[in-house]
Amino acid sequence: MKINFALAAAAAFGLSAPAFAETEITWWHAMGGALGETVNQIAADFNASQDDYTITPIFKGTYEETLTAGIAAFRAGEQPNIMQVFDAGAATVIGAKGATVAVEDLMKDNGVEFDINDYIAGVRYFFADNDGKMIGMPFNSSTPIMYFNEDALAKAGVEAPATWEEFASVTAPALKEAGYVPLSQSHLPWIFTENFFSRHDIQFANNNNGYDAPATEIKVNHPAIKAHFQALVDWKDAGLFEWYGTGWGDNAAPFENGEVAMWLGSSGSFGGLLKKVDFPFSAAKLPYWEAVTTEPKQTFIGGAALFAMAGKSAEENKATAEFFRFLTSENTQYFWHQQTGYVPITEAAYDVAKKDGHYDRFPAAEVGIEQLSLEAGEFTKGYRMGFYVQIRDVMNREYGRILTGETDVDTAFEAIEAEANKLLARFAKTQG
Amino acid sequence: MKRAGFAVTWLPMLLLLPQLSIIAVFFYWPAAHAVHSSFFLQDPFGFGSTFVGLDNYTDLLGNAQYMKVAGFTVVFTLLVTFFSLAIALLLAVKADTVLRGAKTYRTLLMWVYAVAPPVAGVIGILMFDQSHGPLTEFFNSLGWEFKLGVNYNDTAFAMVVVSVWKQIPVNFIFLLSGLQSIPKSVREAALIDNRSASGRFWDVTFPLLAPTGFFLLIMNITYSLFDTFGVIDTVVKGEPGNNPMSLVYKVYVDGFRGNDLGGSSAQSVVLMVLVLALTIFQFRLVERRIHYT
Repeated sequence: MKINFALAAAAAFGLSAPAFAETEITWWHAMGGALGETVNQIAADFNASQDDYTITPIFKGTYEETLTAGIAAFRAGEQPNIMQVFDAGAATVIGAKGATVAVEDLMKDNGVEFDINDYIAGVRYFFADNDGKMIGMPFNSSTPIMYFNEDALAKAGVEAPATWEEFASVTAPALKEAGYVPLSQSHLPWIFTENFFSRHDIQFANNNNGYDAPATEIKVNHPAIKAHFQALVDWKDAGLFEWYGTGWGDNAAPFENGEVAMWLGSSGSFGGLLKKVDFPFSAAKLPYWEAVTTEPKQTFIGGAALFAMAGKSAEENKATAEFFRFLTSENTQYFWHQQTGYVPITEAAYDVAKKDGHYDRFPAAEVGIEQLSLEAGEFTKGYRMGFYVQIRDVMNREYGRILTGETDVDTAFEAIEAEANKLLARFAKTQG
Repeated sequence: MKRAGFAVTWLPMLLLLPQLSIIAVFFYWPAAHAVHSSFFLQDPFGFGSTFVGLDNYTDLLGNAQYMKVAGFTVVFTLLVTFFSLAIALLLAVKADTVLRGAKTYRTLLMWVYAVAPPVAGVIGILMFDQSHGPLTEFFNSLGWEFKLGVNYNDTAFAMVVVSVWKQIPVNFIFLLSGLQSIPKSVREAALIDNRSASGRFWDVTFPLLAPTGFFLLIMNITYSLFDTFGVIDTVVKGEPGNNPMSLVYKVYVDGFRGNDLGGSSAQSVVLMVLVLALTIFQFRLVERRIHYT
């Protein structure tokens, strides 16, 4: 028996010995479907590129589910090495000091070169702290842009509008005349609120949008955005705009099947649209109100970032840093950009894409990155608000009520302001 | 009749222990935990927390939106319970009188029972889909501009229909076996006494069905309050917006999506108290009127 046991042990050791040399790390993400396949491809490429580290990507559901799973795991001491956190969860994860290791520190401590200026302007500070230190590595960075059906615009004899004034007076009536629903959009809080504030460089929350100190007051009840929503209501009544509910896909579907001529979605929707639609389409930057500003600024990035969770061994952190090195390399970023439409996060990768002629083939793929590279304003860096997921829920609810005629714009924005401020106060108390 | 019993006390205790410990670990411990965290506001990652006393509860009661959700939950529960019981009863009574092909008919009615709630929700969405749902098209042809996910009432309607549809088979199975256990002699006697079919049903059959009905009433209320979660989640696609939701779904939205652990715990405690009150009410008041044979 003893001999058998010794043999078995030797055999087991012999078999698993090579595995000991590799440091294994895990990566929890929210990229389903085709995006998930691309994520798996990147992980497989990284594993194949060297022998020291193995990364295992694990799909954990939606953004919210991934964040919740990560939090629960962290509380149980079983957190993954890398967790993907979306824009609205940024305040939660960055606010929890000690939950993550700042990406910038992680890279530098492990001998990976890092310079925040290598990243394209629009992605630098959204997941950074107020001193400009990058905490989360922007991964699937996107920004809202306006897709349009080229056939529809040609039929109506118009160009994609640059401003909302142009949309209202020229583009939309012509498209309606040509038999199309001129416009729909997905995600009102993201496109018509957060990015509305960024595009027009209006303050979104006090304390420098929550960067200097936790935000205690949301500035959403602003005349410019109220005028915008009033315009939406009027456009909807006039048949120039349609709203198909809170669901992202509900608003995208009518564009994809050719009913709607222009759709505001994510630059990250590009890859999916290429596969889905059978008409020529392109994209333009998010329109702005000339009445509000004549110098429209860059928009926020949406999407998500990768955070290195705290409480891991030096060896595993080294592996994480090496993976980030691989992930931010030009070729990986270009691959990701091509496959999905999310923007390449570094200038170098953007250059590779340009040189390769990617944007000559697909001009629409460049719109997001151009928009993110526009001039920055005082309030275009991002925003930090606690319990922001719930604040978005409140916005979604009130916006839905505005667009179904259950409430008016003034009442809705007062309600959002009041409830959001209450949530911010509650969040402040959680910090103990 | 000889009364069976244990001679020693430790043996029954021992035999009960596994069950009791499961209840303690999986029910009482989490419940106590929920009560505890409902008095705190906690950082999601567990770094900080502040004792806020009853604030989480007073916030709820003073919140018009929460009250609106509570109101919807009550209406939703009443509608789902009533319709799923009423329609199942109608089907069961009709199935009971079928002689030819009775088995096939019953099996077909029972099939739906095997459908999981989220799947039922998905089928529901397909039926009510905005652009090509058959039911949506049907309503449109009647001049009703049905818009799932846009119009509050339309979404509520779809939620009720899908939930009722999902629950009918269970009720049907119980009611049918309840009907079939009514002694034939009683029915024959009733046939002589009362010529009206509906009179016979309300005076004789219905009271004899009462024990089954009472059980189903409790089960259906619990179902409407809790098990419809999957249906609601699929109908609103995880983004409630201005659509209706139930109290249980709100616990999920605030706690799991929004990471407000304190507030969400307070909501669960409110739900626990509600269910407790409901159960006491049912057993005290309704069960007294029921005669078990």
